[in-house]
Amino acid sequence: MRRIAGLLLLAAAPVLVLGVLFVLPVTGMVAEGFFVDGRFAPGAVLDVLARPRVHRVAWFTVWTSGTATLLAVVLGLPAAYALHRLALPGRAAVRAALLVPFVLPTVVVGVAFRQLLGEGGPLGFLGLDGTPVAIVAGLVFFNVAVVVRTVGVAWESLDPRPGQAAAALGASPWQVLRTVTLPALRPAIVGAASIVFLFCATAFGIVLTLGGVRYATVETEIYLLTTTIFDLRAAAALSVLQIVVVVGLLALAARLRATPDPTAQRTVSPVRAVRRSDAPAVVATLLVLGAMLLPILTLVLGSLSVGDGWGLDNYRALTTVGDNQALLVPVTAALATSLRTAVDATWMALLVGAMVSVIVTRRSHSVAERRVRSTLDGFFMLPLGVSAVTLGFGFLITLDRPPLDLRDSPLLVPMAQALVALPLVVRTLAPVLGGIDDRQRQAAASLGASAWRTLLTVDLPVVWKPMLAASGFAFAASLGEFGATSFLARDESPTLPVVIFRLIGHPGEMNYGMALAASVVLAVATAVVMLAVERLRVPGVGAF
Amino acid sequence: MLQLTDVTVRYGDTAAVDEVTLALEPGQVLAVLGPSGCGKSTLLRAVAGLEPLTSGSVSWAGADLVGVPTHKRGFALMFQDGQLFAHLTVARNVAYALRLRRTPSARVATRVRELLDLVGLAGYDDRLPGTLSGGERQRVALARALAVEPRLILLDEPLSALDATLRERLAGDLREILHAAGTTALLVTHDHDEAFALADRLAVMRAGRVVQQGAIDEVWREPVDEETALFLGYARVVRGDAAARVLASGGLSPAYAVALRRSALVVDPAGDLRAVVESARVTPEVVRLVVAAEGIGPVDAVAPLGSRVSPGDEVALRVDVTRLAVLAIAAGG
Repeated sequence: MRRIAGLLLLAAAPVLVLGVLFVLPVTGMVAEGFFVDGRFAPGAVLDVLARPRVHRVAWFTVWTSGTATLLAVVLGLPAAYALHRLALPGRAAVRAALLVPFVLPTVVVGVAFRQLLGEGGPLGFLGLDGTPVAIVAGLVFFNVAVVVRTVGVAWESLDPRPGQAAAALGASPWQVLRTVTLPALRPAIVGAASIVFLFCATAFGIVLTLGGVRYATVETEIYLLTTTIFDLRAAAALSVLQIVVVVGLLALAARLRATPDPTAQRTVSPVRAVRRSDAPAVVATLLVLGAMLLPILTLVLGSLSVGDGWGLDNYRALTTVGDNQALLVPVTAALATSLRTAVDATWMALLVGAMVSVIVTRRSHSVAERRVRSTLDGFFMLPLGVSAVTLGFGFLITLDRPPLDLRDSPLLVPMAQALVALPLVVRTLAPVLGGIDDRQRQAAASLGASAWRTLLTVDLPVVWKPMLAASGFAFAASLGEFGATSFLARDESPTLPVVIFRLIGHPGEMNYGMALAASVVLAVATAVVMLAVERLRVPGVGAF
Repeated sequence: MLQLTDVTVRYGDTAAVDEVTLALEPGQVLAVLGPSGCGKSTLLRAVAGLEPLTSGSVSWAGADLVGVPTHKRGFALMFQDGQLFAHLTVARNVAYALRLRRTPSARVATRVRELLDLVGLAGYDDRLPGTLSGGERQRVALARALAVEPRLILLDEPLSALDATLRERLAGDLREILHAAGTTALLVTHDHDEAFALADRLAVMRAGRVVQQGAIDEVWREPVDEETALFLGYARVVRGDAAARVLASGGLSPAYAVALRRSALVVDPAGDLRAVVESARVTPEVVRLVVAAEGIGPVDAVAPLGSRVSPGDEVALRVDVTRLAVLAIAAGG
């Protein structure tokens, strides 16, 4: 009992933070729909769910996300194998390159795909611009990295000996894969797929830029309903629907995520030389890499093309506010705002994330305690899947009056972004902390180290690198955050993704060129951060 | 039959296996005995086709196996810890190789029952590996390896993951099963008891090289050098005059050195060696002594249970010639 009390006390701070900055806004947003003139009227919300358009939107969300998930898994598996099990030359660089799309700002991905598939783009002849195919392609592009990471990390720590035992019993490489390797990887694969589905189903920036009003998913529909049609009841209904599905999926993912056995050391089996039989996997990896690079390349080329020639005019124009006064501030000012905001969001996410990770990974001494810990674990993962739009709008309508009047606080945007980045931080730190043998802490304690001292001598040396990696990850994620920020950023101090979105929406050729250039700048910034993170060689970054 | 000729496996500059030549006749069990890190597991993996050879050849019945992948060699490999497939039941594990060969399911069922009977695990069909004890897992692994009657079974320290009593029991069973099935087996181990319990022939490996091989009692009686003797369980090696003295007392001709087991010297009033007891320890079977023997130095000795010997006593010792090995050449070959 005392342990549980202590645990709850320790958890109080992060729970409070999440309560005020997450639960309050989200419930505020949801309540907006359920209460009509101060009275509880759930009937109207349920009516919304019966609308044909809502059905269409829900079905569109399900099938695009499902298809994208399937494709991401199919494309990601060979790459996970080739990049984590084979001694391919330059595989560290390729691994880093494949991680970039995942942290690439969604708006940038959207712009890149339009540049690729649109009229005059290299793949314009396919006529895919503005079709669901483009949306699915964008979602796959964004999420293959998650599969490669999650499955790859599981694959590289997979004991090769059962496979060798099977081979010695006469199983061909294909039979080994089917009967031994894939069953062993199933938790990782299903876990990755459920997370990818989650990301796809709540994707915002990509769908909005590629699908516009014609093809709406639940997430973009919430956005349209709140900002354009002002039908808060319908928005709330969709939010509730989304939250229910997300919580279900998260529970599934958590169940499938193997809890690391604290007494078992994670071993990474050495990579082996490439054989001829690996050709299909290697070729598939190269194709995936090519498909990843193509949109980015098109984006870069687009940003450099001026009229009929090449030049840096689009980049030079970033110091202006664009054609027809498209913006209130120059793009460079937005970049500065983005960086400042990301720094603030990072320290917040890291602070809360570290506390959460410590809390959820400490060894439980009773069933009740374990239950409390896993409930907390699930609770802190919620921001991963809850619509950033719901969150952003919730911030606006709940944190606007005393005692919590944050509307004019410069920390409003960082706080929202920190919440979005929080699960990434926790998923990076928690496995590392969970992997520390608890007997190490017991040994330290038995030698007279206080709890604090134990943390310093046992946990910190293991966790500082993952901390650094997590902060890079959080920084990159908040740099590109669009969903919540698009609601919260004030017009006179927008972030870079918000500016890019505004530029694409404004007529004027210069504006589009500037959007491309700004996208490249943003992509380079996130890519640099991610490459630095990759150099830290923390195995779990980007794996769920 | 299996023939290894000048097998070498290199990792960069170090040779894990260095020009090993071994032969194994059908129905025989050969144990490769060596300390950890001597390259014996690498050798086993090379035979299985899991480790590419740097040079030399592995052949079966005269056919070179170079380029033949593991799954086409027909050699079953049994790992130290069994490596059962955790997601399959015991019956499924045992049937694994049979199913790969598309054996009709009625045949599979009979064979699985036969094999589980053979390893003493009848009725364990539906258990999952996670619910088995270490010994049971090893038995299942053995049944799985034997299922398709492999032409050779490769055993990687099959008993060392088990505790002492279980090891002894399973060693007996394993030997019986291997002989009953008439299986040819290559076994690597660092434990001489395991080697003696299972094998007919012995090859001693050190630093990548085979330093001695032969019938098991032969190797046991005549270790090739000091290090081998110590590794085979001899307690001490005495050299020069001291060796001559021990051998003379046993009625043997002088040699460079002699390796002594702990029971090579026995307290006996009729013995002709004089010694002073340094320490005495009672065990369930004998009293074990460390003595300073005149002209020999500190050596181990035994006294019958119930003898009253304590440190400082003078005793007479005789030599038990069945418990020593004469070494003809200097250390390290």
